[in-house]
Amino acid sequence: MATASIQVSETPLVLYTLRRADDALILGHRLSEWCGHAPILEEDMALANMALDLLGQARELYSYAAEVEGKGNDEDKLAYLRDVRQYRNLLLLEQPNGDFARTMVRQLFYSAFADLYWRAMMKSSDATLAAIAAKSEKESAYHLRHSSEWIVRLGDGTEESHARAQTAVDDLWAFTGEMFEVDAGERALFDAGIAVDPAGLRSQWLDTVSGVVGEATLVLPSNDWMQQGGRDGRHSEHLGHLLSELQSMQRTFPGVAW
Amino acid sequence: MYTQALNTSDADDRNIEDAAHAAAFQARIDAEERIEPNDWMPAAYRKTLTRQISQHAHSEIVGMLPEGNWITRAPSLRRKAALLAKVQDECGHGLYLYAAAETLGASREELVDQMLAGKAKYSSIFNYPTLTWADIGVIGWLVDGAAIMNQIPLCRCSYGPYARAMIRVCKEESFHQRQGYEIMLTLARGSEEQKTMAQDALNRWWWPVLMMFGPPDQVSQHSDTSTRWKIKRFSNDELRQKFVDATVPQAQYLGLTIPDPGMKQNPATGHWEYSAIDWEEFKQVLAGNGPCNRDRMAARRKAHDDGAWVREAAQAYAEKRKRRQVAQAAE
Repeated sequence: MATASIQVSETPLVLYTLRRADDALILGHRLSEWCGHAPILEEDMALANMALDLLGQARELYSYAAEVEGKGNDEDKLAYLRDVRQYRNLLLLEQPNGDFARTMVRQLFYSAFADLYWRAMMKSSDATLAAIAAKSEKESAYHLRHSSEWIVRLGDGTEESHARAQTAVDDLWAFTGEMFEVDAGERALFDAGIAVDPAGLRSQWLDTVSGVVGEATLVLPSNDWMQQGGRDGRHSEHLGHLLSELQSMQRTFPGVAW
Repeated sequence: MYTQALNTSDADDRNIEDAAHAAAFQARIDAEERIEPNDWMPAAYRKTLTRQISQHAHSEIVGMLPEGNWITRAPSLRRKAALLAKVQDECGHGLYLYAAAETLGASREELVDQMLAGKAKYSSIFNYPTLTWADIGVIGWLVDGAAIMNQIPLCRCSYGPYARAMIRVCKEESFHQRQGYEIMLTLARGSEEQKTMAQDALNRWWWPVLMMFGPPDQVSQHSDTSTRWKIKRFSNDELRQKFVDATVPQAQYLGLTIPDPGMKQNPATGHWEYSAIDWEEFKQVLAGNGPCNRDRMAARRKAHDDGAWVREAAQAYAEKRKRRQVAQAAE
């Protein structure tokens, strides 16, 4: 029945694409929660704009995952009819918005990665992923610029904004390691030239992030313990609430067109 | 307040209020000339426009809340993207309109403060709750539809900056309206539950939407001067009638019933005649007693208060940066 969660045949390419789609959807969802509540109108627009970019990326990636899977799923089934354990996004991206500093630090950590990642993925031997990367890279470059500028303003602003930004950096740092983790299925995709090994992006990512954090007069934590699990569907307690909201209409009124 | 820079040439005669200036001004209005920020204008014209444009801007901003309420729950990714884009457009409209109001010498900060203090109004319609997804369709179809009816004549308003803002706003609003109607069409052609949802939303929003055109002509307090100054081109009742005539066939096409059993078409005029509007409800909503007035204001105040430290940080950083640049230049 349409009410039940769908099963997805997670071949390496399907799983790989789903992970990136989930990243974009979940972060886009979080940013969209700011709508109407941002500190200034200009920022309301910017947050909605970034959310919309990410939602667009999610739709392209879900559609492609559904096409590769070839089992009659589509972007909406993949977004609305998978449960927490089937979601594959990074833990970083499901973290609650918190205050504006936390939202911007989360954005900086991810955008600094996404910008490098999509640029590298433009060379993918998979034409669809390369095309999605070419579009996403333009967007992530904008997101990186936006979040970097805010981190500098907040870090080098007032005592209060500095303290809030530093707390956000300290609290979210443990979720950054997961961006560079890979599993065996992904390794096969690297060898085929379809995907890029994120481990190779780590030092450049650290340069970008350290640069921004340094200019903001903030410091990166010395504790290097990293949380893992999102890629395998082991999430924080936050994701279930997010999904119950996101999916409520499709779960309540299954199988109809909207 | 950068807007003062606009007044350099005419700074001296700006406060003069005499018959000669007033007559010359009215002659320009009658000749359909556009009044621009540096031009002389009666203080009451400036005041009325500042009020109207800023309340229009506030409406765009408060209007983000009822629709924003459904962004995280939109039933498909396509609908979610369209809604997000729409709410983003509304924020943009708010920004154009504050900019237009600032050309009259007010500052956005003081105008926003007036709204947050409850001294300036915003459209009564945004004090109604969005209870189901169908409300998002009805808001696009009817609320944006009514807004367009109101705003198309404002594209020819005598004050240039307002007229130009309206041209840009109307283009986007028409797109939103079509999206809203398409949501309704999908629901009306959908399951029984979806049809019921659509009808229920129409039932709840119909009368509040008719109230968006303002009080009936015989009690509208701003109409006379606004008409003479060509800020207003049609009366409240004229626009309301135009809206009803345009909307009835759209509802019929959807197979939905307008919740007004007394409504009938006048065979002589072709107009759809509607029953009496509950002006007491309208009065209560304007007085702050609508279903969501308190929630809407609380949400805007919370965003403003919670964001204070962010604005202070941006300000402090900008000042530091300026000082550093000056120090660098001096080296």
